[in-house]
Amino acid sequence: MMKRAGIRSGNGVTAMLLLPTTLWFLLLLVMPLVVILVFSFGERAPAGGYQAAFTFEQYLNLPARLKAFTNTLTLAPLGTLICVLMAYPLAYYLAVRAGERVKVMLLVLVIVPFWTSFLIRTYAWIYILGGRGIPQLLELVGIEDVRLINTPTAVLIGIVYGYLPLMIFPIYVSLEKLDKRLLEASGDLGASPWRTFLQVTLPLSAPGLVTGSLLVFILLMGEYLIPALLGGGKVFFVGNALVDLFLQSRNWPYGSAVAIGLVAIMMVAIAIYLAMVGRQQARDDVSLV
Amino acid sequence: MPARSDHSRDIDIEFRGVSRHYGEIRAVDGIDLSVPKGTFFSFLGPSGCGKTTSLRMIAGFEQPTAGDVLIEGSSVVGTPPHRRPVNMVFQHYALFPHLNVFDNIAYGLRQRAPRPARAEITRRVGETLDLVRLGGFESRRVWELSGGQQQRVALARALINKPTVLLLDEPMAALDRKLRRDMQIELQTLQRDVGITFVLVTHDQEEALSMSDSICIMRHGRIVQAGGARELYDEPVNRYVADFVGKSNFLDGTVADTGASGAVLRLADGRTIAGRYTSTATPLAREAKACIAVRPELVSITAAQKPAGGMAVNAPARVKNRIYLGEQTEYLVAAEGLGDILAMASKTSELASGGFSPGDEVVIGWPESAALVLAEE
Ligand SMILES: Nc1ncnc2c1ncn2[C@@H]1O[C@H](COP(=O)(O)OP(=O)(O)OP(=O)(O)O)[C@@H](O)[C@H]1O
Ligand SMILES: [Mg+2]
Repeated sequence: MMKRAGIRSGNGVTAMLLLPTTLWFLLLLVMPLVVILVFSFGERAPAGGYQAAFTFEQYLNLPARLKAFTNTLTLAPLGTLICVLMAYPLAYYLAVRAGERVKVMLLVLVIVPFWTSFLIRTYAWIYILGGRGIPQLLELVGIEDVRLINTPTAVLIGIVYGYLPLMIFPIYVSLEKLDKRLLEASGDLGASPWRTFLQVTLPLSAPGLVTGSLLVFILLMGEYLIPALLGGGKVFFVGNALVDLFLQSRNWPYGSAVAIGLVAIMMVAIAIYLAMVGRQQARDDVSLV
Repeated sequence: MPARSDHSRDIDIEFRGVSRHYGEIRAVDGIDLSVPKGTFFSFLGPSGCGKTTSLRMIAGFEQPTAGDVLIEGSSVVGTPPHRRPVNMVFQHYALFPHLNVFDNIAYGLRQRAPRPARAEITRRVGETLDLVRLGGFESRRVWELSGGQQQRVALARALINKPTVLLLDEPMAALDRKLRRDMQIELQTLQRDVGITFVLVTHDQEEALSMSDSICIMRHGRIVQAGGARELYDEPVNRYVADFVGKSNFLDGTVADTGASGAVLRLADGRTIAGRYTSTATPLAREAKACIAVRPELVSITAAQKPAGGMAVNAPARVKNRIYLGEQTEYLVAAEGLGDILAMASKTSELASGGFSPGDEVVIGWPESAALVLAEE
């Protein structure tokens, strides 16, 4: 509404304020996407790279990379789900139960890993999950022949490890904002603690839950480092396929088609998710924002 | 659970030596009280005296560190809030922001097992909304409502459950003066209509006095005096109560002579004044520090030439200030040997005397029955 009022009054200031955003949007978002879209209909030049053409060949070839898509589409949602299930109780404890000192200490612990590079921390997991890490420990207690590294499990562990904090914070914030007297009111009106959780705490922390899961899911769909290091070429994501196509085989048009495929899937998935959330909210008569 | 005692049928809430300590802080410190069924009961006291803590022990949000809380004759210590037959109207209402008015009010019914039928819920919500005069507000968002409307929703949300006792924690604190007055009357009427026991927490003595059948005045986690409005006003147990409930003139002194029904106090300048003990006070020892309390409306104020007859005390005074309050006029006078005295003149006595202005010479006085001899604490 404000934007419309500004334009109607021909306000130059509004236009100037919008300029950086518009430039950013065009330069960083629209242009690369247009380039990739154009590439995806082209052909690979004999020496690699792009050669102008108009063909659907790249898209017809997509099934060749089906494995990358199915891996991404199972492990990204699964990773998001595990993150939600692990982050919620922790965020709940931090926001509702923990005393002031414990809370600060735990919040710092959640942040501390960010002080070192994600790459290095994921490398550490190679060692932990590798032959001389957890499997060796398990052998000590008599569980033999456990293979972790280069399995989907290893990738999942890496995903949950890396993305858990991103899930914790939005949920924590929404639970922290929750008026604790509402929980007392619910109990006072006859709701057991569990029903209070379902009927008050959960709906009122839904915004944080939605934000956190969208954030994690979107980033996971493009994830490349974790499968590369912990999947060892056996468990690869679309992101790994892209690196492969652009940097190794230099098949830019095919890589572009794969990238467009990923964007399309992601948009559909998010649309479905938001529609589901929206319906739920409408039923609960909740306003999200 | 202990067996129900015989009189328990008529007593809704009972405290037996109840304490709630937080480490060194004695929020509530050894309280005994009982609230008969159908009473409008108030906890009254200054900030931090333990009113909310007492209420929360009835609701079940706090557990006593000592003593026993009984509801309808059964101990409820250890019973969680959702299993207690009481409901609370929270200080800032604590309405559920994600639910509309209907769902807020229906919340309690929907927790029941078995859950009432949909039609039954709709009917009861409609009835309760009518009771608080909010018919037609069902689908409103709670944050769209005014303060007074929110309060009614909070009231309806609690009342629909037909609790044994309704708890109210300063429900009027957020309302403006006019609205507060209206709500007080409404709440009082409502209590008579539904017949449920109300337990109100307030630090507003006027509110407590005007609404309650029975008031419990607290200080530092203890009960100073409990009784009806009239008893607290006319027969305060000590200076604290006389000071907290209404206005009083206090004259400090020591007990010069004491009897069964009254005492004579010697003031700092050696002058002696007689007064009566209140029915709730215990007689004082000779030479004990005490005070005489006189309610301003019992102080007569007359022109210097014609002092009123039948007064135990008569003192010349000069009018310092006059405040016209409509139905009454309040005079602040400097009385010889007594210091500043507040006198309240009714409209009729103002008409008879013609009124006084600052600087006028007057005589003030009071009958002996108006002077209460009170212990300091
Ligand atoms: N959870 C707690 N931990 C420590 N001290 C507390 C706690 N709750 C209350 N107190 C203390 O107990 C005392 C009584 O508190 P309470 O809330 O009952 O006062 P109140 O009479 O309701 O006061 P007000 O009129 O300000 O609401 C206060 O000194 C308060 O600081
Ligand atoms: Mg309080």
